[in-house]
Amino acid sequence: MFYREAGDFKTSYRDDNQTFPIRLDRAGYWVAIAVAFGIVPFFVNDYWVNAIFAPFFIYAIAALGLNILTGYAGQVSLGTGGFMAVGAYAVYKLMVAFPEINIIFHVLMAGGITAVVGVLFGLPSLRIKGFYLAVATLASQFFLIWLFNKVPWFYNYSASGQINAPERSVFGIIVTGPNTEAWAKYLICLVFLVGVAWMARNLTRGMTGRKWMGIRDMDIAAEIIGVNPLMAKMTAFAVSSFFVGVAGALFFAVYLGAAEAGESFGISKSFLILFMIIIGGLGSIFGSFAGAAFMVLMPVFLKNVLVGGMGWPTDLAAHFEFMIVGGLIVFFLIVEPHGLAQLWRLTKEKLRLWPFPH
Amino acid sequence: MSLDMNANSYVTEDGRTIGPVVMDLKNITLRFGGVVAIKDISFNIREGEIRAIIGPNGAGKSSMLNVISGFYKPQEGEVWFRGAKRPPMRPYQVAQQGLARTFQNIALFDGMTVLDNIMTGRLNHMKTNLLQQAMWWGKAEKEELANREVCEKVIDFLEIQHIRKTPVGRLPYGLKKRVELARALAAEPSLLLLDEPMAGMNVEEKEDMSRFILDMNDEFGTTIALIEHDMGVVMDLSDRVVVMDYGKKIGDGTPDEVRNNQDVIDAYLGVSHD
Repeated sequence: MFYREAGDFKTSYRDDNQTFPIRLDRAGYWVAIAVAFGIVPFFVNDYWVNAIFAPFFIYAIAALGLNILTGYAGQVSLGTGGFMAVGAYAVYKLMVAFPEINIIFHVLMAGGITAVVGVLFGLPSLRIKGFYLAVATLASQFFLIWLFNKVPWFYNYSASGQINAPERSVFGIIVTGPNTEAWAKYLICLVFLVGVAWMARNLTRGMTGRKWMGIRDMDIAAEIIGVNPLMAKMTAFAVSSFFVGVAGALFFAVYLGAAEAGESFGISKSFLILFMIIIGGLGSIFGSFAGAAFMVLMPVFLKNVLVGGMGWPTDLAAHFEFMIVGGLIVFFLIVEPHGLAQLWRLTKEKLRLWPFPH
Repeated sequence: MSLDMNANSYVTEDGRTIGPVVMDLKNITLRFGGVVAIKDISFNIREGEIRAIIGPNGAGKSSMLNVISGFYKPQEGEVWFRGAKRPPMRPYQVAQQGLARTFQNIALFDGMTVLDNIMTGRLNHMKTNLLQQAMWWGKAEKEELANREVCEKVIDFLEIQHIRKTPVGRLPYGLKKRVELARALAAEPSLLLLDEPMAGMNVEEKEDMSRFILDMNDEFGTTIALIEHDMGVVMDLSDRVVVMDYGKKIGDGTPDEVRNNQDVIDAYLGVSHD
């Protein structure tokens, strides 16, 4: 079976509109979902979950969030770390205040709170654009971290200034706290990732997405066609912050277990997620996944090769890791400025013609 | 046969019915600092007609269009739309009232496909909220497909089926102009403003575009106001013509009347000052 549309006739606009128009893609997608839900959970161990799956899934959620704001709506943000912190502290306060409510709702509510905060800090975007907006969101990053360190109410007056995730369960399965099984961690992150990705796809293929992209590509033309710039930008900030808040909540509650605002959600986190969407591809759902995978997997891969394969000392390998990852980022940006998603797109276009390119 | 243009509605020589006044501009004056771009201009646009605005460069034609579409707020004068005085509005609110336009230098969304660009034109016809769209199944999808059908009609009409899924950034100039027209048309506007729809086109493309404008007016009954420099095109297409020069109105009437207006001839051919 060749990879192409030929013979796969679309007879309705519904078929023509689907996410994976090519049969092989569609099959691949369902196989991936089936493997991720049906097979992997039986085999994962702590190392795989903590080093690869949990960070990959959580960063992918955050990258999807930032990609909606920056890639689709064209509003640069350097406040991602701060918004993740809002999600983390919100879920912490909720978990402690309402222990009887399911953690799933806590995470969603934390996302909602982050959305409100995001809209608040997004208001300047109505007046300022580009670099200036980046600086404004940078201010929100520093302000939020300062706030969470300064006001003891946020960390419940704990002596260390840290927040610690209490033990919570879903359907009797423990998902937070130190007694969590690897597969439970894996599954809860995966469920949220699939949900978020599905919503992101739906929003970006419909009228909301077109409004965002219109504002990004040419705001004057968007306004003349009937896009309310205020609403479009605010919905972008709200949805984006919601996703980022969910990511922050999971990052703290499920992945880290204990967090401190400046250390876990500092400016480096904002840049990390920005790198993910730039390397993955702006304005692409697939790109968010690819970028998150790249930034999570590359260090793990290098460490295994350098320390495990070549027997280097750990500290030397750690330094080289930084240099190699940095070099690869520069390399990728030069070779393919539109990111991994564009490479993927080109590969698919070539595959469609293969083996008869004329 | 002489036409009574003051009547509520009349039938043109080629059998189209021109209805009552849709857009009435009363004593519009627009200033940028000390520069007077438009000086006390009044004219109206009637339902179903093709109305041209012509004039030499810098006459204030585009400014006039920007006043109508809400980009510029005139210092003096009133805009009446469908029998009601229009309060000061943002451009998107004007669009919601049923007004669409194209730009002199194409204003399309380069990162989106032709189809997506045209679908943005359906914006004011789509009602589902953010949550429904996030869930997709049900209302949002149904609405999307219903509007897709309208867009496909526009695509068929403007003969751009072959580039439906192409990103706009890859298209040549002439096709971009057509896509922009398609986007405006997809909005099913009650008044369509075209800012130099034929600028930079060759004869064939101009013929195509003229055909589209006439067909649009004929088949959908779209009221059209256009700015154009090609006199032949303007005189052939339009029912009535406004002539502007230095921000003032120097002529208004049928193409024949305008052609024989001494002020208009002076403005275009120049006049000797001896």
